[in-house]
Amino acid sequence: MASLSCDFVGIKSPNPFWLASAPPTDKEYNVRRAFEAGWGGVVWKTLGEHGPPIVNVNGPRYGAIWGADRRLLGLNNIELITDRPLEVNLREIKAVKRDYPDRAVVVSIMVPCEEAAWKAILPHVEETGADGIELNFGCPHGMSERGMGSAVGQVPDYIEMVTRWCKQNTRMPVIVKLTPNITDIRHPARAARKGGADAVSLINTISSITSVNLDTMSPEPSIDGKGSHGGYCGPAVKPIALNMVAEIARDPETAGLPISGIGGITTWRDAAEFLALGAGCVQVCTAAMTYGFRIIGEMTSGLSAWMDEKGYESLDQVVGRATPNVTDWQYLNLNYVAKAVIDQGSCIGCGRCYAVCEDTSHQAIAMSADRVFSVIDEECVACNLCVNVCPVEGCISMVAMTSGDTDARTGRTVSGDYANWTTHPNNPGSCAAE
Amino acid sequence: MPNSQMTPGIAPGRLPGQLYQENFSDLHPPYQPHEAAVAADRCYFCHDAPCVTACPTEIDIPLFIRQIQTGTPEEAAKTILTQNILGGMCARVCPTETLCEQACVREVAEGKPVEIGRLQRFATDTLMDAGQHPFARAPETGRRVAVVGAGPAGLACAHRLALHGHKVDLLDARPKAGGLNEFGIAAYKTVNHFAEREVAWLLQIGGITLHAGRALGQGASLDALREDYDAVFLGIGLSGVNALRVEGEDHNGVANAVEFIAGLRQAEDLSALPVGRNVVVIGGGMTAIDAAVQSKLLGAQTVTIAYRRGRDRMSASGFEQDLAASKGVRIVTNARPVRVIGNGAAREVEFEYTEETAEGLRGTGETFHIAADQVLKAIGQTLDAAPANLTLEGGKIAITGAGRTSLPGVWAGGDCAAGGDDLTVTAVAEGRDAAEDIHAALTGGDRP
Repeated sequence: MASLSCDFVGIKSPNPFWLASAPPTDKEYNVRRAFEAGWGGVVWKTLGEHGPPIVNVNGPRYGAIWGADRRLLGLNNIELITDRPLEVNLREIKAVKRDYPDRAVVVSIMVPCEEAAWKAILPHVEETGADGIELNFGCPHGMSERGMGSAVGQVPDYIEMVTRWCKQNTRMPVIVKLTPNITDIRHPARAARKGGADAVSLINTISSITSVNLDTMSPEPSIDGKGSHGGYCGPAVKPIALNMVAEIARDPETAGLPISGIGGITTWRDAAEFLALGAGCVQVCTAAMTYGFRIIGEMTSGLSAWMDEKGYESLDQVVGRATPNVTDWQYLNLNYVAKAVIDQGSCIGCGRCYAVCEDTSHQAIAMSADRVFSVIDEECVACNLCVNVCPVEGCISMVAMTSGDTDARTGRTVSGDYANWTTHPNNPGSCAAE
Repeated sequence: MPNSQMTPGIAPGRLPGQLYQENFSDLHPPYQPHEAAVAADRCYFCHDAPCVTACPTEIDIPLFIRQIQTGTPEEAAKTILTQNILGGMCARVCPTETLCEQACVREVAEGKPVEIGRLQRFATDTLMDAGQHPFARAPETGRRVAVVGAGPAGLACAHRLALHGHKVDLLDARPKAGGLNEFGIAAYKTVNHFAEREVAWLLQIGGITLHAGRALGQGASLDALREDYDAVFLGIGLSGVNALRVEGEDHNGVANAVEFIAGLRQAEDLSALPVGRNVVVIGGGMTAIDAAVQSKLLGAQTVTIAYRRGRDRMSASGFEQDLAASKGVRIVTNARPVRVIGNGAAREVEFEYTEETAEGLRGTGETFHIAADQVLKAIGQTLDAAPANLTLEGGKIAITGAGRTSLPGVWAGGDCAAGGDDLTVTAVAEGRDAAEDIHAALTGGDRP
């Protein structure tokens, strides 16, 4: 059976599933329950500096969007960092780590952007026996207005500076948590590496308004008729997170920098995808906040079963396995030609492929009087929209043409050779081999 | 001693009091809003949707379901009612399993269609419960139309004519409007006086005057109506009932199923309604099912439906047959009545088995008896007392196009008209389409 045991920048855990720094990891009580349920580790909810704790709103902290049967698809929050005294948190972290030495306990920290503030808190965290720290440069709401969280994470120079302070003032591994609320995730990641970070974790939440109450005209979640942008997470953000993880994994300047993947991980499969794109471990929050801690049973069993099926014995055989397949558009093979093929046996005749192709795409699907839908190869550009809207999985597939066949749309013979945009005649900048 | 299921003969009060309420409650309870949202989400919003094609009134089903899904059931109701003003009743009584839901691609794919009927009911109930009537009349045209028969066809016709600004006198032989909706459908399909409420809601359009108790040969004649009105629509249904034509048909306890159902629908107190200990219903259509199931629900000990042909020939849908079976009704097929036996009152019915042959249905000579205190005849209705000068076709009023009869200025639709399949929804479609044709004729000067 595949081993799920995980060694992430020297932090060991029995599996790669950590709970992200968030409400589920705010208290000893919750964290003990999580460990009893089988979670491999936690990143303790972000600690602030010594002194009066921050306060939270006393109205709704979360907003959500749902599918039809109230399946939660996206969650947003305006909760701030821990609102419990620093001393209480430190005491509890120490107790938990003492009782669960095999689990990863990483402590998230956010203090003002001054070296003294970081210098002051680090020894206290170290004293708990925690395995590492995570620098919260991510939260887009509330704390950012005070010059912390994403206000730091959006300025690569600050990231580098604070990371360096931490590396200089603690022996613990330093994980830098990145905000996705930037234009190019590679810049903050490069800054973290320059500052000496042991790893980055991403994504933090995305600035968002989940909905507007059309009766009161207040954004949701609504506090006394007003709303503020909150951090968006959950299944809806996974594609954004996957891309950002991949960008860092394949960037020559950050390649090899360990990544803790976060963002909408709801099932073992999501986790496997993050690992494949280069994450060394994953962090989960919304799924636990939706279903409770018991989902870890599905996550570990599913990941393990898949690894067995594929013959992977340990996580390092999985991590980054898909990264080399992420490339720039310009390097995609333009000689690859596919056509949609509809399996008439499984077609149920809904006609959605026809409607969307006819209205919004290439008029490449024909409909007969008796509702048989067929692909017009002369028009099909293999855009995949019909596959995406078809309610029957596997009914429509994109089938690659073989070399030597004639593409009915272009009249050209399909070439088996690889050729991309860089050498395409239509590319003004192409340098065709002559 | 109070009556029970075992009490001989025909007797009321066979069940404990509270069971009547339970037995005659809603067959398909209405959706709660969340259930409706989930059910609506199953709709694939098909292109040129097969369900729409299968609907005699061609309601834009994908659109109304999407309107439910997006939280606007009142808008969904308008989509429905624009095509079918009796969309509320049709949501309850349509054999959706042979219409829209049979055509649903999810029925094809997984044997579980989108529950279009229940969704339609959710939309129309929401709107009607809010007391809204979403249609407004066009300015008065000064034209007057007589609509004879206030059943589904007549109501649909009257509403559409009123909508276009014509004045409508709506005549019906019965003391109440509604036709078979009020007098002919199983009670558990239209609880809480829905038929009556729907008529009241429909009449809110204005411009329609109901004359209950007035019909052809009952204070009105077609000739006089043609004289007095710009057009006449006949939606008079089928008021005659086929006879068994067997020995003993005149025994006490032998009755027409439609009358039994009508009595039940109008009964104030179901426990006061007499029902046989052993009931035999003869026929194979919806009326037979409705009569049989309700007999059972009233407390009959045994109820048997006897149909002269095979099960596959029954016009009652598979769903209705299963419903009957689930209520404890036995369905005997290929059995035709030979005579009703009894001494004054019916005691049993003698049947002969039949078989289909190349020459048609034939008795096998083998007979059997079924105990019967009450025999309900449901072997079809006929057009009774059709005006003499109308051309008939197959015993019904012959029509061309959108219900034009052989007489100029006279249209017909619903069960009394030839063609169609004697469904509520078909009657609505025919009434509506005739109204459009009448409107075109009256406003285009093309008076036929």
